[in-house]
Amino acid sequence: MATTTTKADSNSQAALGSDLGLSRDELLEMYRLMVIARAVDERMWILNRAGKIPFVISGQGHEGAQVGLAFALQQGKDWMVPYYRSVASLMTFGMSPREIMLAQFARGVDPSSGGRQMPGHYGIKERNILSVSSPVATQILHATGIAWAAKLRKQDVVTITYLGEGSSNQGDFHEALNFAGIHQLPVIFVVENNGWAISVPMSLQTAVQDIAIRGAGYNMPGVIVDGADVLNCYAEGRAAIDRARNGQGPTLIEAKVTRLTAHSSDDQQTKYRPAEEMEAEKARDPLPRFRDQLREAGLIDDESEARMTADSRKVVEDATEWAEAQAEPDPATGQQNVYANEPPARMDDPLWNGARFIGDGGPWGALADGAGEG
Amino acid sequence: MAVMTLIDSVRSTLAEEMRRDESVVVLGEDVGKKGGVFLATDGLYDEFGGDRVLDTPLTESMIVGVSIGAAIAGLRPVPEIQFADFIFPAFNQILSEAARMRFRSNGAFSCPMTLRAPYGGGVHGALYHSQSVEAFFAHIPGLKVVIPSTPYDARGLLRSSIRDDDPVLFFEHKKMYRSIRGEVPDGDYTIPIGKANVTREGTDLTLIAYGLMAQFALEAADLLESDGVSAEVVDVRTLRPLDGETLLASVRKTGKAVIVYEDNRFGGYGAEIAAILAEEAFESLDGPIVRVTGPDVPGVPYNHVLEDWFMPNPERIAEAAKRLAAY
Repeated sequence: MATTTTKADSNSQAALGSDLGLSRDELLEMYRLMVIARAVDERMWILNRAGKIPFVISGQGHEGAQVGLAFALQQGKDWMVPYYRSVASLMTFGMSPREIMLAQFARGVDPSSGGRQMPGHYGIKERNILSVSSPVATQILHATGIAWAAKLRKQDVVTITYLGEGSSNQGDFHEALNFAGIHQLPVIFVVENNGWAISVPMSLQTAVQDIAIRGAGYNMPGVIVDGADVLNCYAEGRAAIDRARNGQGPTLIEAKVTRLTAHSSDDQQTKYRPAEEMEAEKARDPLPRFRDQLREAGLIDDESEARMTADSRKVVEDATEWAEAQAEPDPATGQQNVYANEPPARMDDPLWNGARFIGDGGPWGALADGAGEG
Repeated sequence: MAVMTLIDSVRSTLAEEMRRDESVVVLGEDVGKKGGVFLATDGLYDEFGGDRVLDTPLTESMIVGVSIGAAIAGLRPVPEIQFADFIFPAFNQILSEAARMRFRSNGAFSCPMTLRAPYGGGVHGALYHSQSVEAFFAHIPGLKVVIPSTPYDARGLLRSSIRDDDPVLFFEHKKMYRSIRGEVPDGDYTIPIGKANVTREGTDLTLIAYGLMAQFALEAADLLESDGVSAEVVDVRTLRPLDGETLLASVRKTGKAVIVYEDNRFGGYGAEIAAILAEEAFESLDGPIVRVTGPDVPGVPYNHVLEDWFMPNPERIAEAAKRLAAY
């Protein structure tokens, strides 16, 4: 369904991206976002190997699709309902490297969760980025609910949500597309298909070749994009955003991407993924491909690229050092934000009940004493 | 002051809240033109239209998941699960998402929604239209669980639930929908979530119950009175947050407690009440804590003889209480 539109026709001499209305600065901004997202992501793994953060889950190999598909969203107005690989999507939607790094270090001022969730579970209310959980595909219904509310209230809001192809087998995904199709909601479902659900290949996940055909079951366009083709991703992302904004309903987009890392820092992918496949997949890395396009178009050269690399290193350095320096969360805040109005603490104090009846001389005397302080 | 059934109270309160606040929306299976299989939403479609009274596909996880998203976007959804027995496809959305949203985002996001569902047996509903599901949800921090036993409480508590900024599970005993009538005053009263109600004063023992069992406990207290036993009855009303103070005050006064719940005995909600009384009223207890419950079988059977065997009733409650009173 998608067409290849990235390469400027050498005969027409048209500038790269001009057919999409993209300016030189916008192209460079897209590339910058990809470079920074990759640099932030790589730093996470280094921090993990250095023993500074216990867990990493990342999006290396997905950046082209993530930046391209989200680039036409309107920050401060639209909604993003991400998943745990959405680093580049989130940065395209305004999340800063410092905010990403706060989640890695799980610091008290981490806007995603105040250190309560594992890294990768981002969310920032002020940016209309919904909090991520670990069960997969639940968020697809939330995005649909946000879009339904926008439609009811006649608000000009587009909601975009993301999942992996493995999650597209979950019931919540199908229930969401079904509801969005019925009510023609302004929502975009992006399946980032990297071919692996942790260790399970596509052939054991589903009988279909392309997840995008599932759109037909819910009467919505199902679009396939090459995740390494950033400008094609932008074109199809913008088209879906325009359809949603113009009341033409939802779109299912399948981005064929590659997973350049293991599933997470707790996964050893060499156990199930052939070495030749991993080597071959490097050719699908969106970064060098977009860089070559920009070079060919004369938008970057050795010098500007070196400058960009140095800049991104500085940004990552700053984000890492700054985030690491922030305070750990205070355990005294552990019971906060269970309810809007906290219930009487007495009923939830694990040492409250009964402790008073235990005599000083009893086997639990120390516990009883401790309870008095709590 | 009008006298009405429990279901009329629910229906008229929904209508009032929808008039008061246009962000209140109702969604669920058959809630629209049909007005719900029990008619709890009857008339709402005509008054408020199909956008705010939405018939959904038969997809419970969607009903709850979409409500969560809509709540985050500023609506106050009141989703209905047609029978509490069918809530389990949505369990993940309730447990992993609605209950945890505020905590996991450190207070940034919340889910102000009121999930209504009819529960309970005694209506020939068999295994899949009779279940008591409250224990699953009362276990979960972040949720509030409310079960009214009178038309008056239903209105006051439903108002509080819809206006609450956290997810509330509001369970209505289906046998009470039309069998229980009561006075419901006009005016905008609310009943705070987290307050139990002493529905009858007594001195010999305390009957603790909620929902249909709170009504049965009152009937049992009448039976006990004729046997010379003075029973106090406490209607729990909100299972989470639980009003431990009212329960404890009553049991400290009477020294004896019978906890009644229709759910299976093992791990039922009343077990938590028993634990609190044992931990906190230990020195006031003048007898063992007694539970009168449904039996530990996987569901309420259909045949009326078997169903009667399953259901706790006033006689059974009175019998257990009499034995405890004599302890």
